[in-house]
Amino acid sequence: MRAAMASSLPESQIAPAAGGVQARGIEKRLGNIEVLRGVNLDVAAGEILAILGSSGSGKSTFLRCVNLLTLPDQGDIWVHGEHLRLRPVSEDDSAPRILDHDQVRRVRASIGMVFQSFNLWPHMTALENVSAGPVLVNRLTRKAAAELGRRYLAKVGLSDKAGSYPRHLSGGQQQRVAIARALAMEPKLLLFDEPTSALDPELVGEVLRVMTALAGEGRTMMIVTHEVAFAREVSSRAAFMHQGRIEEEGSSREFFSNPASPGLRRFLAAHDERHS
Amino acid sequence: MDVELLLTSTMTLASGIPLTLILALASLVIGLVLSVPLAFLRASGNRWVSLPVLAYTYVFRGTPLLVQLFIIYYGLGQIDFIRSSVLWHVLRDPFWCSLLAFSLNSAAYTTEVFRGGILAVPPGMIDAAQAIGMTPLQQKRKIILPIAFRGILPSYVNEVIALLKASSLASTVTLLEITGLSRKLVSETFAPYEIFIAAGILYLGLTSVFTSGFRMLETRWLNAPPKQAAPDGIAVKRVAHGS
Repeated sequence: MRAAMASSLPESQIAPAAGGVQARGIEKRLGNIEVLRGVNLDVAAGEILAILGSSGSGKSTFLRCVNLLTLPDQGDIWVHGEHLRLRPVSEDDSAPRILDHDQVRRVRASIGMVFQSFNLWPHMTALENVSAGPVLVNRLTRKAAAELGRRYLAKVGLSDKAGSYPRHLSGGQQQRVAIARALAMEPKLLLFDEPTSALDPELVGEVLRVMTALAGEGRTMMIVTHEVAFAREVSSRAAFMHQGRIEEEGSSREFFSNPASPGLRRFLAAHDERHS
Repeated sequence: MDVELLLTSTMTLASGIPLTLILALASLVIGLVLSVPLAFLRASGNRWVSLPVLAYTYVFRGTPLLVQLFIIYYGLGQIDFIRSSVLWHVLRDPFWCSLLAFSLNSAAYTTEVFRGGILAVPPGMIDAAQAIGMTPLQQKRKIILPIAFRGILPSYVNEVIALLKASSLASTVTLLEITGLSRKLVSETFAPYEIFIAAGILYLGLTSVFTSGFRMLETRWLNAPPKQAAPDGIAVKRVAHGS
């Protein structure tokens, strides 16, 4: 019955824009916890959206719903204007399901994702990590994929580490390889899930610099982060999540300088205190 | 102890090495090939998929290999329908019976070892493979299996060594591998002491070769960056291993 929600919205609200991401009524329950309680959020093509919020607010879970690493219980998602075909949770079946696996793989291949804990494949060198997707998913020849991989490793400043295994790289280097791996798929959208949270403080800068450079290329990005200063600098829009809902969203300028909700005001004030 | 007899019987028994190796290696390869799909089924969250595999591994790990060998060699011949089928050409031959018993037994152990390795693959590795758009088969072949196999390598070496030694059971169904030859030689010379020590030396040599071979593999996979100078700590560790 709740699944019908999206279709009952006025057409103008559900009609997807040309690109980007539209999420409507996303709900997710993990065990007894309602992690997402009806999230509506849009990202237009070329836009950089920062998603802020305290731990447990549901922002990472929401980001994982965009490429369906986590399946939402309810709600609708459009990626690049394409509606993802899912079966929501129902009374007789406890788990939501993917209805069109080919569609989901195709959409995932067009979305680059960077994880908090890097998730590089440990049995592959940096270059193999970066060129695996282009070979296996985009069906490039090995030679072309290696060339592509070297180009993106150079882009993140790691040309000299192509033959290194992840365990011989620092956290910052690993995360930059992970960014190159995402870029090598030449995605239309980049998702960043707290990309600097697992890094030692002195390694955060190198990763943020790479991300800032990407932001300057007009890419569509969704960034879940705790780095408020960074979010303020690179994002065009920002959203604040609290207890599984979007509590406030708007243009970055308004969002950071003139927050409307008490929750966001407290969050930003707490951040300023920590960093002053 | 007669050292000369020890040496000459070692030379004689060495002619059993090929059969021992063929039995052990062939059943290891068959066991490994069978265990990969079985381990994925066994690691499945679906009980209807994992339980039948558990039943198989439970039976083959819970009964002695010798008993399994006897059931296959002596037992299956009692069944008329097998005696009258083409299978009989295979199952009346002690070599094929041994190979069958060893392979099924090895597959059972390796399946359980592999299952542990598959379940130990960090979920983030699979997230990354999914996020890039890999098919489930690609995820298994390119990500889960290689990571799992590196993780289980030390336990798998144990299985290799165990099977190499267990191949001596083939002597009970008349095969003349190292142990079979020893028993034959003992019955001819009445010198069990020297001859069985010679057999022991040969097994020890074989297991040493396999252990160091796998250690080299492990060093290559788990330590050495081929195109990069190794950090100090790792170089020290390698010297300590003496390899």
